[in-house]
Amino acid sequence: MPDTYDIIVVGAGPAGMTAAIYARRAGRTVLVLEALSYGGQILNTPDIENYPVEAHISGFDFSTKVYEQAKGLGAEFKFEKVTGLHREDGGYAVATVKNSYRAKAVILATGSENRKLGLEDEARLTGKGVSYCATCDGNFYRNKVVAVVGGGNTALEDALYLSDLAKQVYLIHRRDSFRGDDTNAARLKARENVEIVYNANVTRLISEKRLKAIEVTDKLDGSVRTIELNGLFVAVGRVPENQNFAHLVDLDDAGYVVAGEDCHTREPGVFVAGDNRTKALRQLVTATADGAMAATEAVKYLNSL
Amino acid sequence: MSIIEVTQATFENEVLKSDVPVLADFNAGWCGPCRAMKPMLEELAQTNPGYKIVSIDIDSEDELAEDYDVSSIPCLVVFKGGEEVNRSVGLIAKDAIAELVEG
Repeated sequence: MPDTYDIIVVGAGPAGMTAAIYARRAGRTVLVLEALSYGGQILNTPDIENYPVEAHISGFDFSTKVYEQAKGLGAEFKFEKVTGLHREDGGYAVATVKNSYRAKAVILATGSENRKLGLEDEARLTGKGVSYCATCDGNFYRNKVVAVVGGGNTALEDALYLSDLAKQVYLIHRRDSFRGDDTNAARLKARENVEIVYNANVTRLISEKRLKAIEVTDKLDGSVRTIELNGLFVAVGRVPENQNFAHLVDLDDAGYVVAGEDCHTREPGVFVAGDNRTKALRQLVTATADGAMAATEAVKYLNSL
Repeated sequence: MSIIEVTQATFENEVLKSDVPVLADFNAGWCGPCRAMKPMLEELAQTNPGYKIVSIDIDSEDELAEDYDVSSIPCLVVFKGGEEVNRSVGLIAKDAIAELVEG
């Protein structure tokens, strides 16, 4: 373990691991710090169909290949959650729950996590009727009644997926139309076991040991409806977690690190790659592209020191 | 020790009647986060002889999953003396898994 790494990458998702590959191939020492497991959000995707080269690959297999590629090139991985980032001696100190590491440059690739509804008992009921992953947990709701809350592409895809398994699917959407994919919205409207509840918010989770109903409030007239169900799938978007770095980089209103395609932040030695950057399209292929760009720019920065 | 595959037929002996605490991993082969957690569980099984780690496939053992009210995976349930004492849903780090069973 070197005293100071050339580059520390925070986050071992597709963006972070690709950055590690590029940095190693440029001959730089690299430490990747990850709180949970390599892979990140893509682990939840059972079948990736839109990444060039392989027509079908699971998110787990994809991540494992990238991980082995990065490790094979000599990137170090440590599974410790990063808690802080500070300037130190012309470089940076990256604090984790266990240790502190030093690097000349840092790439932030922390991705994003599921946005919660923010309702009482939501945490307690997660895994007891409340889920954030339809493809992971849909099988538990065969011939049962479920609801999906959200109006984006993920919500539409989740509702379609669940309508093949569940007896009845409610889709609770806070607007009167969908911003998601038109094809999916049309498909969904054609399903007999799907009811779309427009202009509505889920306002209460009703439970005993498990979730057994939700209270849905109409935004226009304030009327309240109770829907009895077995499962609620929350698909109301994702939120980045960049607060630990907010003293060094600019965040937009939604919490994303402000940076262009070159992945530069306000701080010269700190770069950002993947879903936690301000960008138009958050996909696997744009995450890996960011990893390549951030590592290349970080190496340029190191060469200029 | 390695991870023991448990079915409905062996659950009582391996889990409920175990004289050491048991960490039961409810999982499925198609579940990415479950597969990501597997190596962590394997490492713990190798290094911690103080408890036993068992794996339950929720597709073939759907009755066990239902009996224990498992409806999100990965789901880790800790049993001591035949009783559930702790539970965690979703991908967690290796240290957090150890903490779950060691308390």
